Amino acid sequence: MLFGSISHWKRQLAEGAVTPAELVESLAAAMERENPALNAYLSWNTEAALRQAAQADLSKPLGGIPIAVKDNICIAGAPTRCASRMLENFVSPYDATAVEKLRAAGAILFGRTNMDEFAMGSAGENSAFGPTRNPADTERVPGGSSSGSAAAVAGGIAVAALGSDTGGSIRQPASHCGIVGMKPTYGRVSRYGLVAFASSLDQIGPLTQNVEDAALVLNAICGHDAKDSTSSTQSTEDFSSQLGRDIKGARIGLPKEYLSLGNDAAVAAAVERAVKTLTGLGAEVEEISLPHAEAVVASYYIIACAEASSNLSRFDGVRYGHRTEIPGGLDELYSRTRAEGFGDEVKRRVILGTYVLSSGFYDAYYARAQKVRALVAKDFSDAFGKVDFILGPTTPTPAPRLFDADLTPLQTYLADIYTIPANLAGLPGISVPCRASEGLPTGVQLLAPHFKETALLSVAHALEQALR
Amino acid sequence: METENLIDVAYIAGLAKIELTAEEEARFTRDLNQVLGYVQQLNKWDVEGVEPMYHPLPVYDALRRDVPGESLPNAAAVQNAPQAQDGQFRVPKVVESAH
Repeated sequence: MLFGSISHWKRQLAEGAVTPAELVESLAAAMERENPALNAYLSWNTEAALRQAAQADLSKPLGGIPIAVKDNICIAGAPTRCASRMLENFVSPYDATAVEKLRAAGAILFGRTNMDEFAMGSAGENSAFGPTRNPADTERVPGGSSSGSAAAVAGGIAVAALGSDTGGSIRQPASHCGIVGMKPTYGRVSRYGLVAFASSLDQIGPLTQNVEDAALVLNAICGHDAKDSTSSTQSTEDFSSQLGRDIKGARIGLPKEYLSLGNDAAVAAAVERAVKTLTGLGAEVEEISLPHAEAVVASYYIIACAEASSNLSRFDGVRYGHRTEIPGGLDELYSRTRAEGFGDEVKRRVILGTYVLSSGFYDAYYARAQKVRALVAKDFSDAFGKVDFILGPTTPTPAPRLFDADLTPLQTYLADIYTIPANLAGLPGISVPCRASEGLPTGVQLLAPHFKETALLSVAHALEQALR
Repeated sequence: METENLIDVAYIAGLAKIELTAEEEARFTRDLNQVLGYVQQLNKWDVEGVEPMYHPLPVYDALRRDVPGESLPNAAAVQNAPQAQDGQFRVPKVVESAH
């Protein structure tokens, strides 16, 4: 079912069992066959991928490895549409820094993956180009907003993919599709060339078949970038260096609040299994408390929408993207262009964000949400005084059914409760597939203090291997 | 459940420069009132003396030196414009003529 991991193809390429061009050809054939059912890719250019394959330098860390890229991360000369009508004809004039770094590591850029429009959504349903489907059950959502990246990797039509995570958009679809998804510490990966949704929360990261691959992609894309003023100057490291290491004595906190918020039975059982497995490996799992666990959704949606309302003001029909054809003055040009170009969820969030920033409401909503955010971050710094990692569910339930009319926008927002804190506090987080019984995929999430990705990957890898 | 009306969607959509249909206005009013009703719970947390956290990591004066470097060539900058002329973006006339 899976296409074969990065490490698998690296070996095959190194042994000469396959050439980069053959690898691209077979991936393209799988994609042509399977994509119509999944709608994981929005666009691709096999010829461009073959040109890159012809020049592939196998001595590089990702030499000859095709990587799929979410539709909101710029690739020079390729459509970057954010799954929006607004950018239907947009072709990026430059590479995002993460993409430039993938190229420098020898990777072949293969295809643009579907997503919720402008990364706003948790189900992949908010794409202007049709929903993505979950390879485990095509009547269910793959999660979102990196829906296509998760479905492509899980559905055997990508080796690995890049996604972006603002409130769980890498980890949540990874959990729903049964793969690994990681959000690095805020600032680890440059946001230059990532179409901005909420700049204090957005972070690029990998969706992969296993933890080892996540480390390999991270090795390629991290590092300071002068083009992103929020990019961290923290030195990068070999994130693979502690894979396979004994995790005996690792202290892992299990927030009691995360067990009492009404998780689905399958999710609760998965967490229990992860606890048993980690304990069996010699880790010390203890109960901890995150007193503001319930406050995160309210805080997040105010902050994210406020930042989005500002960031998305650039889509006005002047410099790029859609422009209305209805004649009128400049004001009508803006408001009709935005009416025609944005989908429902984007409109809802931009309006909500405009409201919480508007005169008379700023203190009640925006300023208060930022104070609650500080309380949430403090919960974590307190917890990390006692434990090295925090374990919990990635999502409260497995993947919902596609277009479930009973779900209101608010109900879908509430499903982000476990993934949001890492964005508010800027922490690294990883979702590892873990299920207690046959059925839909579920995942568990591990969080670590800022910049502790190497250790986080080590414990995630130990869990993954022990669950096999 | 009857919810309190907390937002004038038509007015705010005007500020956000998004033209709405009557149907959208009604639907977004319902959806956003539900969301705003939920976020009222922020009031139950004691934030007395708490500094707002605008950014996940302390970043101070992250300015680079103001040195001219390579930037996007003009042709590339306007390549995606809905309407461009002479390397510039075209918009509808914004200044009324004096006559």
